[in-house]
Amino acid sequence: MAGNELALRIEGLRKSFGDVQAVDGLDLGAGRGECLGLLGPNGAGKTTTIEICEGLTAPDAGVVELLGLEWNRSAHELRQRIGIQLQETQFTDKLTVEETVRLFCSFYHRGMPVDQLIALVQLEEKRKARVGGLSGGQKQRLAMALALAGDPELVFLDEPTTGLDPQARRHLWELVEELKRTGRTIILTTHYMEEAERLCDRVAIMDRGRKIAEGTPKELIALAGGEEIVELGASRTANVPRLVAKLKAIDGVREHTELGGVHRLAVGELHRTTPRIFAVLEEEGVHLSEFRTHSATLEDVFVKLTGRNLRDE
Amino acid sequence: MSKLSEFLDRSSLFQLTWTRFRLILREPEAIFWVFVFPILLAGGLGIAFRNRPADVLPVGATTPQMVQILNAGGELKAQAVSEAEGPHALATGRVVLMAVAEPSGVRYDFDETNPDGRAARRAADHALQTAAGRRDPVVSHDRLVHEVGARYIDFVVPGLLGMNLMGSAMWGLGFSIVDMRQKKLLKRMVASPMPRWEFLASFLISRLAMLVLEVAALLGFAWLAFGVPFRGSFWQLAALCVLTSIAFSALGLLVASRARTLEAVSGLMNLAMFPMWILSGVFFSASRFPAFIQPLVRALPLTAAIEALRGNMLEGLGLGRMMGQVGILLLWCAVPFALSLKIFRWR
Repeated sequence: MAGNELALRIEGLRKSFGDVQAVDGLDLGAGRGECLGLLGPNGAGKTTTIEICEGLTAPDAGVVELLGLEWNRSAHELRQRIGIQLQETQFTDKLTVEETVRLFCSFYHRGMPVDQLIALVQLEEKRKARVGGLSGGQKQRLAMALALAGDPELVFLDEPTTGLDPQARRHLWELVEELKRTGRTIILTTHYMEEAERLCDRVAIMDRGRKIAEGTPKELIALAGGEEIVELGASRTANVPRLVAKLKAIDGVREHTELGGVHRLAVGELHRTTPRIFAVLEEEGVHLSEFRTHSATLEDVFVKLTGRNLRDE
Repeated sequence: MSKLSEFLDRSSLFQLTWTRFRLILREPEAIFWVFVFPILLAGGLGIAFRNRPADVLPVGATTPQMVQILNAGGELKAQAVSEAEGPHALATGRVVLMAVAEPSGVRYDFDETNPDGRAARRAADHALQTAAGRRDPVVSHDRLVHEVGARYIDFVVPGLLGMNLMGSAMWGLGFSIVDMRQKKLLKRMVASPMPRWEFLASFLISRLAMLVLEVAALLGFAWLAFGVPFRGSFWQLAALCVLTSIAFSALGLLVASRARTLEAVSGLMNLAMFPMWILSGVFFSASRFPAFIQPLVRALPLTAAIEALRGNMLEGLGLGRMMGQVGILLLWCAVPFALSLKIFRWR
């Protein structure tokens, strides 16, 4: 097999459930050893896409190729070579961590040793504990261990950190980074932009079954129109259209969007632009209800592309 | 030794089956329903329906003379009850018969559908007529015979065994599978390279192993406590238990093949089992139902199973003489299994 082929290739993928077009003509590719993130709000079609890739859902149309293989011809081999973590799987409460890992390892021809897997996800202390007694983060790490049971070349992680507290999330990120170091290809869905920024080499932003942007996190952030974002909430008494016109006219402001009374400005150089913004606010007699600045994130890209927040749905 | 344990660690069929055992053993309620409950039921029924040394039937009479005459025979226990109290005493079961003195003789009040009432009527009339001077023209006497195998407990143990095999096979398979489906664990497992036939086989293997313990517990108890007879071939009895269990496992699989929630599968399970609890002759003979529903009653797997178990245990019949029942059970293995493989929802 050629070493430089794509680990994942999707072309013209479509899938509908009844009237709902879940995936609407998606093209996607991931190179070997790459971590590709699918970022988008709930209902964007991320899970449907990933479940088609995992061979759990049949597509209506399109090409899906994993490691150069297709599901209808090489399902057996693919199952052995990929690793999967699904959203909201509940493992059997009354089995222990070790028993669960051992069970899944037995499904693979060349599985990883049970001890090594448990050590990798740092559950050594819990190996004799029942799954029912694990915390959310520990359960998610167990799910990761099971995804890795077959020492896979390609790993699918569907919202691996949803519902976890920040510490457990960082813990899981370290684990994903460890997987990247061992050269595995990782396909990850998330609706946390910071997760995508930290873990993914490349991100495809999805909305309503389509890919609306793709690139490295840096490239995408550049798309947002600037490196810095200023958000300000103006009191209702202000003359909004004139305020917007004046804000847009400021030298250094590249983009303006308004979402729920909050004006979001993409600016190049914060230290030059901010005083000018304050001058405009002063002129217009605006009372600020909030004022924030932050470096542009993928969330800002999404807002710019769709006019909606990632987590508005 | 370590070679074996390494082999077992890597054998998915072994791991899947062993997981089933672990889960059964970690579910104390299941142990109760499978092992303790049938024994309690058999014990309770055995005691309630034990053959007592001739029942003494309570009767009421309106005059002291009649009370005295009726008490003299030993078959009846008579008490004075006024005619006005009579209906209430009958209704509450305090007496099964009222003997009411009338100017022309005696009137008996009783429920003719109650065998005890009819027996009391015969005994009371005999006692009163004899006391009044009747002589029987034929001399008769009794020799008492107690046949093991004809008691109610003998009849009911094969019924309970059949019912237990049905319940544990259907719940054991159906509930666990739907539980796994509801938790999305089934989906996760088919996303792995686990061979699907091994998944189903693990249920069947663990079921058959549990069957040995289950059957041994119930029949051992019935044998030790009540001396229930085993007249047929032991191996054929074992084969019948296995066949019954496989048939109900197939039915359990079918019931569980689409349901997404435990509530749904519980409803379907009860829907499937309820007609059999009533119709299949667990507690009384299925032949009591009217002739026009007999074909339906006979076609039910539990009817076939219980008839065959009774044939083996009570009458000592060989399988060759019960091909009808065996054939019905085989059909109930094949059809639901084939059907459920077609419609099974793996996710």
